Amino acid sequence: MILLYSDETMHPDFEPGSPEFEAMMGEWMAFNQTLIDAGQMIGGASLSGTDTATVLTKNHDGTEALTDGPYAETKEQIGGYYIVSADSLDDAIDIARRVPIPVGKFEVRPIAFRPA
Amino acid sequence: MSSESIDVALTHLARDHSGRVLASLARRFNDLDLADEAVQEALIEASQKWPGAGVPENPGGWLYRVAQRKALDRLRRASAEQRRVDRVAADLVEHNAPADDERSMLIDSRNDDGPLRDERLRLILLCCHPALAPDSQVALTLRLVGGLSTEEIAAGFLVPTPTLAARITRAKKKIRTAKIPLSEPQHLSERLDAVLAVLYLIFNEGYLSRSGTGEPMRVDLCEESIRLSQVLAGLMPDHSEVHGLVALLGLTHARRDARFVNGEMVLLEDQDRSLWHLPEIRTANAALGYAVRMRRPGRYQIQALIASHHSNARSASDTDWTGIVALYDQLVAMDPSPVVALNRAVSLAMADGPLAGLAALETIEGLDDYHLLHATKGELLSQNGDHQAARASLTRAHELASNPSERHHLATKLARLP
Repeated sequence: MILLYSDETMHPDFEPGSPEFEAMMGEWMAFNQTLIDAGQMIGGASLSGTDTATVLTKNHDGTEALTDGPYAETKEQIGGYYIVSADSLDDAIDIARRVPIPVGKFEVRPIAFRPA
Repeated sequence: MSSESIDVALTHLARDHSGRVLASLARRFNDLDLADEAVQEALIEASQKWPGAGVPENPGGWLYRVAQRKALDRLRRASAEQRRVDRVAADLVEHNAPADDERSMLIDSRNDDGPLRDERLRLILLCCHPALAPDSQVALTLRLVGGLSTEEIAAGFLVPTPTLAARITRAKKKIRTAKIPLSEPQHLSERLDAVLAVLYLIFNEGYLSRSGTGEPMRVDLCEESIRLSQVLAGLMPDHSEVHGLVALLGLTHARRDARFVNGEMVLLEDQDRSLWHLPEIRTANAALGYAVRMRRPGRYQIQALIASHHSNARSASDTDWTGIVALYDQLVAMDPSPVVALNRAVSLAMADGPLAGLAALETIEGLDDYHLLHATKGELLSQNGDHQAARASLTRAHELASNPSERHHLATKLARLP
């Protein structure tokens, strides 16, 4: 798995349909196609900004909490990821709640775009 | 009709009807932004037309009809959404007889939500969704449920309007993008806790920012939070803690006129109790009785019981401090936070003397930067005759306090030390 980290405040904010946007998308599509052609593409997605993220925390005492914003890693590490289909944030959180990790943090973020 | 009574009617329209209309339209179109914009436009239209045309007989029904038309206009204008418009619009226009929820909207009944009950509740739960930042929950609740304008909320919280507007925009973006749903949640009682916390936060913000200068505030956050709690109590009559919160806020707010004399803050024990609003205390006590009889205690009911002990005592010395300490013991068991322990220590000092209070303060951890810990310690040390240590604690409290009336109160205390 490859996790993409970059400063989202530096991301270009092109209007969809504009030539700049098309050029940027073309570059990503071409890259995706190289992976697909090589049989290397399993899955992937571009995520919405961190201002749309929510973290579900499962505590040791069995309580849980929801907080606005992305999770800043401290001593926990990303141990895997799921891409799920959910009708609402509450549904997605419910899936995160059922992940069989008793104590941990689960960042839930909407997918912005996913190559077909 | 005078322009003043038009203003009153417009304020009523926003406060009493806009949240309800918004909840209904948001549900109908499944689009919170659209509903909010439509209601805002309809409110503007009211402010433009009513001064000339007069206040309609049924303001709530008027707002619903106009806002619905605005929503449909917006959908029509958005050409990309044309197909969706045709579907929804045809549906709405063909119904000559109003649907049940519309009918109840058209009947001017300020306190009877009827079939709209669930829609309003869903809107409140959405605004207080824990996936939104606490600041945003507060702003959205006041704006969408309470019908306050962005400017009014900004004034209430003493923040610049653009800051508040950005907060609301960000929250609405998250609702839209992360798909926070407008639905009744599975874990209703947990989510209710979040709603109560937001309402309590709004009240406390109003309570703390209130000053003794006698300057009327444009928006009284205390009254807004009481009003919204009463709405919630009407929507969830079987939840004891909602009534507990209504009682707690009512009892606290009833003391407002005794809290300041000539701009100076007066502590509970020194307040002129004849200035307390007795009818409000009676109403709050009734809500508390109703809550307690459900036999499902909670932190708001316990706090209201404590407030009720104060309200029912004719003087500070007449207060049942031992009973209050017992209530704090229960509260500590439910909420073992250091701030609760601090309040318990204060009542223990009133019941058993300053030394008992000081001993209890010694066991509290994690409040070293909290001005009220040092203020309490200074007060108890001074009562115990240790003026030098009292001065040190009160000085520390004065350094940490940010509210002007509290700072003034501490400075006066310091100056009066022997």
